[in-house]
Amino acid sequence: MEFGYPVLTTLIVFPLLAAAGLFLIKSPQVARVYTMGASILELILAIPLFTFKHIADWQFVERAAWVPQWGLEYHLAVDGISYLMVMLTLAILPLCVMCSWTYISKRVKEFHFCLLFMTAACVGVFAALDLVLFYVFWEAMLIPMYLLIAVWGGDQRRYASLKFFLFTLAGSTLLLAAIVAFRITGGTFSIPELMQTNFSFNFQFWAFLAMALAFAIKVPMFPFHTWLPAAHVQAPSAGSVILAAVLLKMGTYGFLRFCLPLTPAASEYFAPLMIAISIASILYGGAIALGQEDIKKLVAYSSVGHMGFVTLGIFLFNQRGVEGALFQMLNHGIITGALFMMIGTVYERSHSRLIKDNMGMGKYLPAFMFFWGLYALASLGFPGTNGFVGEILVFVGAFQKSPYIGALLVPGALLGAAYMFRVTLKMAWGQPSSAKTWPDLNTREWAYLLIPALFVFYIGLAPKLFFDVIDPSVEKLVSDLKSRATVEQVVAAQPAPVAVAAAVVPVAHAADSPAQPVNN
Amino acid sequence: MEFNLIQIVPELYQLLLIVALFCQSLGDGSDTPPAERWLPFFAAFGVFVNIVSFNAQGLIFGGAYKLDALSQFFKLAIAAGFYVAVLNASRQPSLEERKRPDYFMFLALSAWGLMLLSSAVELITIYLALEISSYSLYAVIPLRSVNGKGVPGAAEAAIKYILFGAVATGLALYGFSYILASQHTSYIAELALRSWTWSGQPMAVVGLSLFLGGLFFKLALFPFHFWCPDAYQGASNETAGFVATLPKLGAVVVLVRLAVLLKPGLEITTLLAVLGACSMTFGNLCALAQKDIKRLLGFSSVAHAGYIMVGLVSGTAMGLAAAVFYALAYVAMNLLCFWVVSRVASDGRNLQLDDLNGLYKRSPGLAFALGVGAFALVGLPPTMGFMGKFFLIASAWDHGYNWLVITLVVNSAIAIYYYLSLVRHAYTHEAGEDVPTPDNSAFSLFGAGILAAVVLVLGMVPGRVFDFAILAGKQLLP
Repeated sequence: MEFGYPVLTTLIVFPLLAAAGLFLIKSPQVARVYTMGASILELILAIPLFTFKHIADWQFVERAAWVPQWGLEYHLAVDGISYLMVMLTLAILPLCVMCSWTYISKRVKEFHFCLLFMTAACVGVFAALDLVLFYVFWEAMLIPMYLLIAVWGGDQRRYASLKFFLFTLAGSTLLLAAIVAFRITGGTFSIPELMQTNFSFNFQFWAFLAMALAFAIKVPMFPFHTWLPAAHVQAPSAGSVILAAVLLKMGTYGFLRFCLPLTPAASEYFAPLMIAISIASILYGGAIALGQEDIKKLVAYSSVGHMGFVTLGIFLFNQRGVEGALFQMLNHGIITGALFMMIGTVYERSHSRLIKDNMGMGKYLPAFMFFWGLYALASLGFPGTNGFVGEILVFVGAFQKSPYIGALLVPGALLGAAYMFRVTLKMAWGQPSSAKTWPDLNTREWAYLLIPALFVFYIGLAPKLFFDVIDPSVEKLVSDLKSRATVEQVVAAQPAPVAVAAAVVPVAHAADSPAQPVNN
Repeated sequence: MEFNLIQIVPELYQLLLIVALFCQSLGDGSDTPPAERWLPFFAAFGVFVNIVSFNAQGLIFGGAYKLDALSQFFKLAIAAGFYVAVLNASRQPSLEERKRPDYFMFLALSAWGLMLLSSAVELITIYLALEISSYSLYAVIPLRSVNGKGVPGAAEAAIKYILFGAVATGLALYGFSYILASQHTSYIAELALRSWTWSGQPMAVVGLSLFLGGLFFKLALFPFHFWCPDAYQGASNETAGFVATLPKLGAVVVLVRLAVLLKPGLEITTLLAVLGACSMTFGNLCALAQKDIKRLLGFSSVAHAGYIMVGLVSGTAMGLAAAVFYALAYVAMNLLCFWVVSRVASDGRNLQLDDLNGLYKRSPGLAFALGVGAFALVGLPPTMGFMGKFFLIASAWDHGYNWLVITLVVNSAIAIYYYLSLVRHAYTHEAGEDVPTPDNSAFSLFGAGILAAVVLVLGMVPGRVFDFAILAGKQLLP
């Protein structure tokens, strides 16, 4: 280890140790300060990650035998795709602690225990390169999230937490079957090695379906999204922040890490379906968000729409699309996380999440409304903010793929502007039912709202650094996908003329825009 | 091989305990220390004895009794389980003082029968050992009283258990006669060389199916499971904790030995797979509707019996090892859950789900342990339940029973709901009136903590224990 300690393992183990340490603490206030300290120390421990090299290789690799009888390995590493997600997870933790400072007043110790446990599991999910290790972290993260909603949630927390748990666990049981099938067919659980293996189309077909179900529920994509609004609305604000910023990303990360590299031919085969579902998510999420009276529900439905952009970008299979998807993942984490924190902030004042109870705040809470306006603009993709970068990339990718897909995105983007303006206008200038005596943001609230704001502008105005990080990995992903999907087409048991035709015109739906060269 | 008493020290030691308890039960108990006071120490020493004789090897008593990695592994597990069960039962509120020596004697006898079972490699020996372990349980189940009077439900449970047990035993004997008539031997090693196809030996296949019925009764596999929820519900919490755990080990060890006959693709193997699928589906669906925790755990054990079948039908050493590991995981998880149930119901009542309400406030330690147990039974990482299930799936995939594997994972999804409701009631509901006062003594929390730690640690680093399971499996199916 060039840094004197195994970085990724430390990032996973340290929060767990810190969580165990919480049991020694009696006072709630000390528990808050302690967790805050632990989360900052965690960030300090992550400093070696800044030496990340801008290449497509796996970095910070740690590899050890775990259960040698089954070939299970403790194998961690990051590349351009997972790097930003790990960073996002680590950065979200102190914000969550800060925004729960006064919001959570019962069982404070256990709450922070769940936050720390959650962080460890999330880092594990993004860093694991062994399928079973990945699954272990993937499932382990359900328990603290379930408790966050079920114990500290709103009135319907039992219903919401149960729905969340049932949906996500039911989806991922088939993922386990797929993982085992990969091992039996491909001979290993190691993801980098499986990426080199060519599987038969029939196998890919079923493996893709089993994995995609788990990931689509997690994202969530259109027909499987019903758990999300319930969970978001009932969760405490830190829970919503983690849910939006990190958990949803795991679904799209799964598509990028597993579906595309492991089952390239099936991904090509199902791409039209996935694109259709993504567009449905965008339009449906936006349309439903337009009609919400509850601010939190509105942001929750807007998440469905934004995540639709991500999955769409992924299944466009071109450089711009995948870049856009990654940017959108990062941006959605920052923006929606910040919006949920703001909802928590205002909820502490009004004790209501309804728009009609939170009107006219431009007069009473100008600083609050400034931040809200900023994040709302970023959310709808206003130029100069980070939301714009992600969305424009997906747009470019979509138009490269087919003008029709691009055209269908336009109403989606318009809907985003419509619902965000509607709620923002009411919150800023609506006529409140009574004069409010709420104090404006205090220092702590300033702190946790200012940090995401810096990133909104930084990514919005100078995204080059982030491009440098993700580009090598994205290029490798897309080129691998192209080459391997083509090979698959030839290898597939077809009569010779058909196979030749397949090799000449790699994918049927690519014929929609044959004249356009891939414009990278 | 020369017979040497040193080889069967664990069995002899257990027998010694039984004799001691028997002698004590003859007196009125006034001049001997109470059984629950001294027995735990001796049971703990029994675990040590089993560790010492872990490497015993040999085929004794005319080739009917085999000491090998599998048998010693299971004997150790049974001794450890017996120790936990004795500790658990030592504070039983619903057991009269004067009946305690008898109660523990029957428990010890049952455990002894299971120890014999894990070494038996001949059908008559298996049958006898099975009966020793069953008969003593028939007597234990009705031993439950409230305020000095017997509980009718317990008597009902005992009657059901006896009737089902008698029928299953009858079936097993009848099947045994068929096997003997058609294959002319009762030694498993020789039976393994004979044909077990339907076209070749229909009589033997029928016989084996019936014989397996006797084991399925112990294991509570569909359709021999009907006694299970009723018996758990009627018996006291501690007794149910014993009945739900250790006898399954005995059944699994015999099934693992018989698995050498069950090549994939044989009719009887397919039958086993179908029964396994029915068992998990039926058990899980029934458990969804339960309010009584012991009934819920009863149906859950029906489902888990089905899961174990997945490893047995795969016909590989890894499959057998996975089944062995899962049986161990099952016992650990259930001992943990029943430990918590027994401690929460400190007045000996039957716990309803609502009685768990607000447990996190009344006893955070027990609530956490219950959470670990429930999530382990679901099969969530990082617990032993997950590793066990993962090994089962990995070993059975691509051996002709992929549909069974899919049934298993779908069933795990169904099962979440009711296991989660244990956690839900303990953590999210507020306590109502008339909830039992949990036992928060150091004894209770320490036991729960140790069992929870076992479930978690073996879930994270299962390698060492799994090595023993593989050793046992390889020996049967090299």
